[in-house]
Amino acid sequence: MSKVQVMNGNMAAAIGAAMCRPDIIAAYPITPQTPIVEYLADFVIDGKLDASVSEVESELSAMSVVTGASLAGSRVFTASASQGLSLMYEPYFRASTLRLPVVMAVANREMISPQTLWGGPQDTLSVRDAGWLQIYCEDNQEILDTMIMAFRLAEDKNVLLPINVCFDGFYLSHMAERVEIPEQEDVDAFVPKYVPEHIKLDPKKPMAVDPLTNGYLLAEYRLKHMMAQQNALKLIDEIDEEYEKKFGRSYGGAIEEYKCEDADYIIVTMGSMTGVAKDRVDAARAAGKKVGLVKVRIVRPFPGDKIANALKNCKAFGVVDRNVSFGWNTGIIYEEVCAAMFRNNLLIPNVPFIAGLGGEDVTGEHFDYAIDTVIAQEGNADKHYTVWLNREDKGI
Amino acid sequence: MKEIRLHGIGGLGTVKAGEMLVHAAVSSGKYGNSTPFFGFERQGAPVTSFVRLGDEKIRAKNQVYNPDCTLILDPSLLVSAPVFEGLAEDSYVILNTRAEDPTDVIKDPNVKCLAWLDATSIAVEMLGRPITNTIMLGAFLKATGWVDKEALEAIIEQFFGAKNVEAFRRGYDEVKIHEFR
Repeated sequence: MSKVQVMNGNMAAAIGAAMCRPDIIAAYPITPQTPIVEYLADFVIDGKLDASVSEVESELSAMSVVTGASLAGSRVFTASASQGLSLMYEPYFRASTLRLPVVMAVANREMISPQTLWGGPQDTLSVRDAGWLQIYCEDNQEILDTMIMAFRLAEDKNVLLPINVCFDGFYLSHMAERVEIPEQEDVDAFVPKYVPEHIKLDPKKPMAVDPLTNGYLLAEYRLKHMMAQQNALKLIDEIDEEYEKKFGRSYGGAIEEYKCEDADYIIVTMGSMTGVAKDRVDAARAAGKKVGLVKVRIVRPFPGDKIANALKNCKAFGVVDRNVSFGWNTGIIYEEVCAAMFRNNLLIPNVPFIAGLGGEDVTGEHFDYAIDTVIAQEGNADKHYTVWLNREDKGI
Repeated sequence: MKEIRLHGIGGLGTVKAGEMLVHAAVSSGKYGNSTPFFGFERQGAPVTSFVRLGDEKIRAKNQVYNPDCTLILDPSLLVSAPVFEGLAEDSYVILNTRAEDPTDVIKDPNVKCLAWLDATSIAVEMLGRPITNTIMLGAFLKATGWVDKEALEAIIEQFFGAKNVEAFRRGYDEVKIHEFR
């Protein structure tokens, strides 16, 4: 019997992480992530979690501590957001290229400047090519469940990569809702003890880490790292299926397809905006419009073939991005979806949308407008300009 | 599904009030979510909290634009925040006011019911501080009946202790209600 509790997204992340029994936790506070580490520190003080919490003076130290602890064979956890994540960048890259299965929750927060503290995945998306796995969640139950799946995925012998479990700041991190907490013994069975074999600091068996390495050898590192990413793409679907068998909840693995089977028009979303979008897809269906939705869950590795397969029979699609790709004049996910479509020889009319920057709300009306814009794009091979979805009383 | 918008100012327990409603719904086997929206966290700044309550899983995780009920935790918000914006048809307004009969502040024909009381005075008298959230939840529940009373009292006790359950009951008992139709 699982337990039901009302909690915010930060608590869901903290409980999910705690149930996987990390040995070492190190993080530095930054809004809106701060409560995650506070909750975990409480669990340790209350005797509910047997972990060592390392107080650090910055995010750079936090990532360095968990990197060292992971090298020494520990299961580790950290959390950050926005500028905190930026400050980690050097050890962040090293954690992935050393193939350390660090698990990091990110309560996504928009990037400076100007100063902002509200939600948006610009922070993690901007470091998507640093070799980590990245999963984005839609609600608090998915955060808790994904945290458990994340340890399995990261520590799998065919993957061994760090992972970001990402969720929109405030819209999820501070939103309270009903969440089912699985039984600890079931989680223990699902996430077995981490036993590193590939790399481990041990005074009895000295090992050089990070030696100066020639390009031809470094290329082999990169090749294997990229193969590990592709292994994760297959594994996330398998882990999701296994999770459903054990815990009764599935998220579709790499992507979720919602009413796509017979859809003429498909909206691609990610993160907390997806729930409202599904409501509007239902409303469009009720009005006779054959609309579906693809939710992107994993961004690294990018599930390009799965997305292309989901979109292949539609007449037009749109991608709603809560982020920007400077230089492309669109959002990041839009460009990645377009690349996936081209690589699968699919040229389908489409529209890029940008919405909800700096924590602005993405509303039902925005999705109604997006759906109608996509429908109108049917049969039009011309490039559609990027549509910025704003509230009428605000915006540019 | 019912959508509720709570208007408060930092320090009144606005966000906690929204969360307690969700706790009460979930402990009765129902669903709910509560999304706070604040600017920079500080006492005295306007705070809005958006709550959805329903019998089934609620997918929307965004702000509420057409509330079935708006709760106004401090009288000053009548002039400082758009408390009546977008009210749904047959909606409820729960107002903290010193006025004997504030029915004339309601201009929107969508409003079905106004419930009001001087929650600030009750709070100062009972709690020694002008924290009105539990009293306003009492007023809210009497007017709407949208969550189970015992469940809500249990959550209030868990969050803020027995004294606040008393405060909640005074809100419940002392609220005045006017039905426009």
